[in-house]
Amino acid sequence: MPILATRRMTKRFGGLVAIRALDLEVEERSIHSVIGPNGAGKTTLFNCVTGFYRPDEGEIWFAGQRIDGLRPDEIAHLGVARTYQNIRLFANMTVLENVLVGLHRHLRSTWVGAVLRSPAVRREERWAHGEARRLLEFVGLGGRLNFLARNLPYGEQRKLELARALATRPKLLLLDEPTAGMNPAETQEMIQFIRRLRDELGITILLIEHHMRVVMTISDRVTVLDYGEKISEGTPQQVQADPRVIEAYLGTRKVAAEALG
Amino acid sequence: MWRVGLVFGAVACFLSLAGLVEALHARWVVDGWVSAGQVLLGGLLLGAGAVSARRTAPGLGRLTAGVVAGATTGAALGLLVWLSRHVDLRSMFVNASPTLLQLLSAGRPPEEAWLGWVAVGSVLGAVGAGVAAAPQRVVGPLATGLGTVLGLALFQELVLLVLQPEGLAPVRDWLFVAGAGPTPHGAAAAFALSAAAALVWQAVRARPGRAGVLPPRAARAVWVGVGLVALLALPLAGGPFVAQVLVIVGLYTLMGLGLNLEVGLAGLLDLGFVAFFAIGAYTVGLLTSVGQHGIAHWSFWAAVPVAVLVSLIAGVVLGIPVLGIRGDYLAIATLGFGEIVRLLVLSDALRPWLGGSQGVLAIPKPTILGFELAGPQHLYYLTVVASAVVAFVAWRLQDSRLGRAWMAIREDEDVAEALGINLVSVKLLAYGLGAAFAGVGGAIFAVMVGSVFPHSFQLLISIQVLALIIVGGMGSIPGVLVGSLVLIGLPELLREFGEFRFLVYGVALVAMMLLRPEGLLPAAAQRRELHALEEEKEAAVVAPEAAPEGGC
Repeated sequence: MPILATRRMTKRFGGLVAIRALDLEVEERSIHSVIGPNGAGKTTLFNCVTGFYRPDEGEIWFAGQRIDGLRPDEIAHLGVARTYQNIRLFANMTVLENVLVGLHRHLRSTWVGAVLRSPAVRREERWAHGEARRLLEFVGLGGRLNFLARNLPYGEQRKLELARALATRPKLLLLDEPTAGMNPAETQEMIQFIRRLRDELGITILLIEHHMRVVMTISDRVTVLDYGEKISEGTPQQVQADPRVIEAYLGTRKVAAEALG
Repeated sequence: MWRVGLVFGAVACFLSLAGLVEALHARWVVDGWVSAGQVLLGGLLLGAGAVSARRTAPGLGRLTAGVVAGATTGAALGLLVWLSRHVDLRSMFVNASPTLLQLLSAGRPPEEAWLGWVAVGSVLGAVGAGVAAAPQRVVGPLATGLGTVLGLALFQELVLLVLQPEGLAPVRDWLFVAGAGPTPHGAAAAFALSAAAALVWQAVRARPGRAGVLPPRAARAVWVGVGLVALLALPLAGGPFVAQVLVIVGLYTLMGLGLNLEVGLAGLLDLGFVAFFAIGAYTVGLLTSVGQHGIAHWSFWAAVPVAVLVSLIAGVVLGIPVLGIRGDYLAIATLGFGEIVRLLVLSDALRPWLGGSQGVLAIPKPTILGFELAGPQHLYYLTVVASAVVAFVAWRLQDSRLGRAWMAIREDEDVAEALGINLVSVKLLAYGLGAAFAGVGGAIFAVMVGSVFPHSFQLLISIQVLALIIVGGMGSIPGVLVGSLVLIGLPELLREFGEFRFLVYGVALVAMMLLRPEGLLPAAAQRRELHALEEEKEAAVVAPEAAPEGGC
């Protein structure tokens, strides 16, 4: 059974159909990429799954539960986390605090408990700090705990965003262009990292990516969107060979032929 | 560089025409020698030189830049003198009085005064350039000395109060000319002493290893102890007037701590905050009053928890409709709430219960075991205890799961929600707890005044509380205290500033935003980072080959 499934999901903005009747199935513990030209509806798909947008038609199912119509925080509690295309950190909080916010849903303390600082609250805070440090070590930011997020270099901001998402202990992690702006070495490192997430932590990955090399290297399955519609789906090899995909990326066959020849 | 001069010149002319220079001229900094007004103008000339020099490449060019900027500023003031002789400025600027002109022209004809200002400006501009170029270890003690003399002059009523006891009369007479200002020898002694102290302090800090006389923890404990003793002794030494000012500072601190939860931590801009102060005050008023509107004749101590609870509920209730509103729109919506509450208590419909514009009268003072907390000196301690408790609660909240959630929604509401933070409960807690803090302030206010009127709860108070948070440092708890001391306490003590209070506010806010946007005492996160950077630098100095690597 797929961990995430959309059934005939449609999202419109005014007259524009951003996603049309999309059927998507993401298998558990797989790395599933969504590709397509700009404006194909990839990020809209992410926003629907995480509850920022409510689909106009259709259903979204996650781990056997219908989630369209739930609030973003409720969906987060079910085990969905994400990163953003243009990194969105809590800029004026420290690296450690960013990850602690990610741990929010695993903490129980109330405001009264926080004021009295009961033993239970203290234990919980100690655990959370340890957990946050461990996660930051995991992504390679162990030496940056007390830096403000906004002062980190770009590459480390990406890592911090990942650590924060991982802190929620997601079952499904949505990554929106995780290798954007990275050099080949960093990209390679990210590919390894994403694999580790699946293999060591058992997290299902749904990935938006523009680097075709990355997509073809790590994906178990690839879905291609164009103008909000699914035009192709399959293994990387199948998708690469699909004439509709070539058409969507390079225009009509005639134009493609001209462009190539 | 002449442009810097023009800006400073315009400021100098504006402050003169607004009447601030003349008002300050009434106060001697050194009796018979220099007035505060002259210090202000001199400071502007000096500042023009320093700013201009700092913008120029090091070298002799800096001196030229300073001279030109100073001269330009002086020329602008000279122009004002010349203009006032030929044009009737007073029809437009009521404060362009003969006294001001006398001060600005030193009794000379306009042409001479003009030249005089250019000359004085050049000299002070050059000095300013020198200050800008001089190392910190020279400028620091000098600035400390001058600051001490200025403080002695501006707060002389306060100092005189402390020197009230008869035994201190010789010191008093030596330092001050009765009813005027510090004596020349007194000012010189104060300058020398404080500058010397600054030098010694510098030498101690510069010692290799920078280890103090005591280990850091003990040193900190000593400072806290000194602070506590000063806090408790202040109203006794300063008398009822100072105590009264400090009680007001305390009330603003309580409100500031509450608004700091909303604005500083959670980023919810609330301009109707005074409403909760009013609700706390009215609740205590109604519950304790022995007058016609009193409903329960409770004691103050029984009424306070109820007042806090009522304010908390009011905060939550008023928070519900604005849950989905963000940023600027939220400010306007809450602004409306503040006015609604004020107009409600003022309204005729509620007059039978709340007293309308007459307010609730005859609120008794609180008593402890039969001892009445009557005067401001007693209420001061009540305020200190209340502020300490509230600050403690705020501090614990800030460093908790909830505090982090507040900061997260301040930074990015959508992302916070996607991480599983329930915006509704977190926001309502911010509104409710913030309002509860203000309610504590309102409760003390009610017994301090002994009556509550709608007119005490103007929009202006909300704005002042916001301003003091900004000046103190958004999200910083000690910043709230510093902010209210600076924005509420100082203007009360500096009587000359009375009518110029809002001019000074405006200048202070604009200057803060330009020069130190993080506030006087910025929040912990910023400090922690500075600390982290310092540690990194030190590590790099100690072991250059082992400099920390950036991540993996």
